[in-house]
Amino acid sequence: MSTMPYAAIGAHYAVHLPVPDDFTFWRERARGLVQCDVPPDRVSWIEPDGTGDLFASQGPFRGDKRLPVPPADAPPVRASQRFLTVARSAALHSDPARFGLLYQVLWRLQRNPRLIEDKADPQVRRLEELAKAVRRDAHKMHAFVRFREVADDDGTPHFVAWFEPDHHILRAEAGFFMRRFANMRWSILTPRGSIHWDGKAMREGPAARAEDAPGGDPVEDLWRSYYAAIFNPARLKVGAMLSEMPKKYWKNLPEAELIPQLIASAQAREAAMVAAGEREQRARSATLVEVAQGIAACRDCAIADCGTRAVAGEGPQGARLMIVGEQPGDQEDIAGRVFIGPAGQLLDEYLARAGIDRSAAYVTNAVKHFKFTWKGKRRLHQSPGAKEIDTCRWWLEAERAIVRPRIVLALGAGAARGLLGRTLSVTKARGTPIMLDDGAELWVTVHPSYLLRLDGEAREQQAALFAADLARVRERLGAD
Amino acid sequence: MFPTVPMAQQTLRQKLEILADAAKYDASCASSGTAKKNSLGGKGVGSTEGMGICHAYAPDGRCISLLKILLTNHCIFDCHYCINRKSSNVARARFTPREVVDLTLNFYRRNYIEGLFLSSGIVRSANHTMEQLVEVARILREEHDFRGYIHLKTIPEADAEIIHQAGLYADRVSINVELPTQAGLTRLAPDKNAGQIEGAMGRTRARIIEAKDERKRFRHAPRFAPAGQSTQMIVGADDANDAAIIGKASRLYGAFGLRRVYYSAFSPIPDASAVLPLKRPPLLREHRLYQSDWLMRFYGFAAQEVADAAEADGNLPLDIDPKLAWALKFRASFPVDVNRAAKEQLLRVPGLGTTAVGRILAARRHRTLRLDDVARLTASVAKVRPFICTIDWRPTLLTDRADLRRLLAPRQEQLELF
Repeated sequence: MSTMPYAAIGAHYAVHLPVPDDFTFWRERARGLVQCDVPPDRVSWIEPDGTGDLFASQGPFRGDKRLPVPPADAPPVRASQRFLTVARSAALHSDPARFGLLYQVLWRLQRNPRLIEDKADPQVRRLEELAKAVRRDAHKMHAFVRFREVADDDGTPHFVAWFEPDHHILRAEAGFFMRRFANMRWSILTPRGSIHWDGKAMREGPAARAEDAPGGDPVEDLWRSYYAAIFNPARLKVGAMLSEMPKKYWKNLPEAELIPQLIASAQAREAAMVAAGEREQRARSATLVEVAQGIAACRDCAIADCGTRAVAGEGPQGARLMIVGEQPGDQEDIAGRVFIGPAGQLLDEYLARAGIDRSAAYVTNAVKHFKFTWKGKRRLHQSPGAKEIDTCRWWLEAERAIVRPRIVLALGAGAARGLLGRTLSVTKARGTPIMLDDGAELWVTVHPSYLLRLDGEAREQQAALFAADLARVRERLGAD
Repeated sequence: MFPTVPMAQQTLRQKLEILADAAKYDASCASSGTAKKNSLGGKGVGSTEGMGICHAYAPDGRCISLLKILLTNHCIFDCHYCINRKSSNVARARFTPREVVDLTLNFYRRNYIEGLFLSSGIVRSANHTMEQLVEVARILREEHDFRGYIHLKTIPEADAEIIHQAGLYADRVSINVELPTQAGLTRLAPDKNAGQIEGAMGRTRARIIEAKDERKRFRHAPRFAPAGQSTQMIVGADDANDAAIIGKASRLYGAFGLRRVYYSAFSPIPDASAVLPLKRPPLLREHRLYQSDWLMRFYGFAAQEVADAAEADGNLPLDIDPKLAWALKFRASFPVDVNRAAKEQLLRVPGLGTTAVGRILAARRHRTLRLDDVARLTASVAKVRPFICTIDWRPTLLTDRADLRRLLAPRQEQLELF
């Protein structure tokens, strides 16, 4: 039988595709068929494994393999760029009906060149869906291929991956891996075929099995450690993970074996973190009496558990000056009153000399309990840690919110930390006020106990500086 | 959680665990939008082709695109929200630049990652730390010809010259503003200074523009942070409301040409500072902020308009998205005729995304749209219906119903008896 110059009226044609992902082959056959005016319902597209059009292999419509030859004067077939882009992707889909759909849209495109813009058209919509599924598959392949390193016979490292794509994307995506790993020897094995790159040329190979790929790689342990450590158990969002990394991919991802255990332990880990920083959920105290009751019951840090008493601040509510020390000492703890020990007496002396009325000021400490170590029978003062000061800041802020002083005098770096949340150098900070968040002025000077530890010339020098600091505060009080 | 091992005896794996754990509170993980490059004709590995790739997802729903680690979690700063602050009791570790380089390359060759996101606690001085970060990037780029993605966190206190070096090696640089208000910064990050942070951002922006300009004239002019700069704000650690956060973000986009502002809901950290709120803000709040960020960047909303959608306390409603909240407040702008309305109007319809709007605009050149057509073009016609009209549909009463919010808000799930 000679080739038929024109399509026979009513004839049915079957096109057998040599490989499932050959868009160019389809394009050439489709072009000829359109030119011969063969409507979509008269063409079957059959994949290498025989699947395709329902009518292709059975019944009275079994198609003629020999395709018609278009007449020489047949008009050229036209398609928009957008159609070509979408069709190239959609052709790689594993849906056996894809080539039939492509032909239908191409056919209709000849009558309506802008058909592809009509996203409400069911066939166009379906085509876009196929293309989208293929693009997603390709994207997931870029993401989830995991290479394992083996050494080739010549000792060169060879990176081999096993991957199971949903669609016929392997050949189309080989270029991505070549551009990325150009100077590496690598292979990607899939159930649909394999590709190999040796640093210079690409080679295609037959379909592979999972067992053909190496079983592990020591670096995977590090990767799993990283995966577990970067996970934040305080924000579990399993749904978000699953939508982007569906379970079907898990079996080939070395890190995925950790997921069930990470999810299971997340709540316990978060609860442990919250419990470790556990303070009672308490409302901020509204009065100084409440603060005093609150600190007596407070066990937020370890200092509170040493059998000492909490020492509340003293002074009128609404005082314009607030004086903050570091923590109560031995005598303060015994008496339960602030600044009555040797340092307190020294402070009183200097305040009086500066003309500041202590009874008009509110006097308190950054930390409310006495921290000490036993030395024989004596309780020796120990400086509170930054964490302890920060913990106690809750109470100091409550006091500030109630008393609302315009000027705050911090005695020593510990007191300053309680007010500012940071450790500063007293030597640098003294002499100029720091604006607090409520607009009050913070003046920083040394703790009077510092003067007690000095003697001779050094003491005189420091005492003069201390007196000068108090004088400045006195001046600001007067000016305010 | 971590075994206390003296630092000198830590294995690479232990260091990785500590320093990845310390880095996880930084939300940014993008690897997109940089200059295209590949390893053909080079000596090493690596490519960037425009679209970022998420190589894995952790159960927190966050994508893992880059190896995100700190060079060290020792820090001389004492920021209260930060797990690595000086006064925190966490295990400390330190990588050498070579160790980071080897890890990056080993992970990259196995296709685990798109590249490196390197940050660090401040050790010794800002300059010293920044030099170490730049050294890692230099070894990767110059000694190994690495052409993957590099994101370097820059330290605002470091010298401009070192930050400049960082931008020459990195695809993206970022400086975290951390907290939306100066008051929050003073209280929670006392060592940081908003002026200094914004100053550094401004200088980086100038360098990015300059480098782009040079490349227009000289093809071989060096690139400077081709993926731009980004920043992160912590949500819920201070009392700034959503309106304040949105306003700040809008200012950052405008003034510094940022590519992204990341919002990170403050989450409880081990050994938390007592100044912090103990409970985390709802994760949904972070989500609503990202949605409003999208409204500003892709939907033509002004910051003030998004803030208008907020409730009386200045926070966005948690039960419905900000676009729906805006539509419910400004019902006079609806219904919108999908066959006639301009793109800007369509973008304001709750339930219509940029893709759906594009499809509608294309399709209506070919046909007059009916409700069925709209249903094919959108994800959920039920959401869209009250706000549009088509040739066969008018929401006559629906748009005016007082209980519209209840009809559209996602159903609260009733718990079953157990």
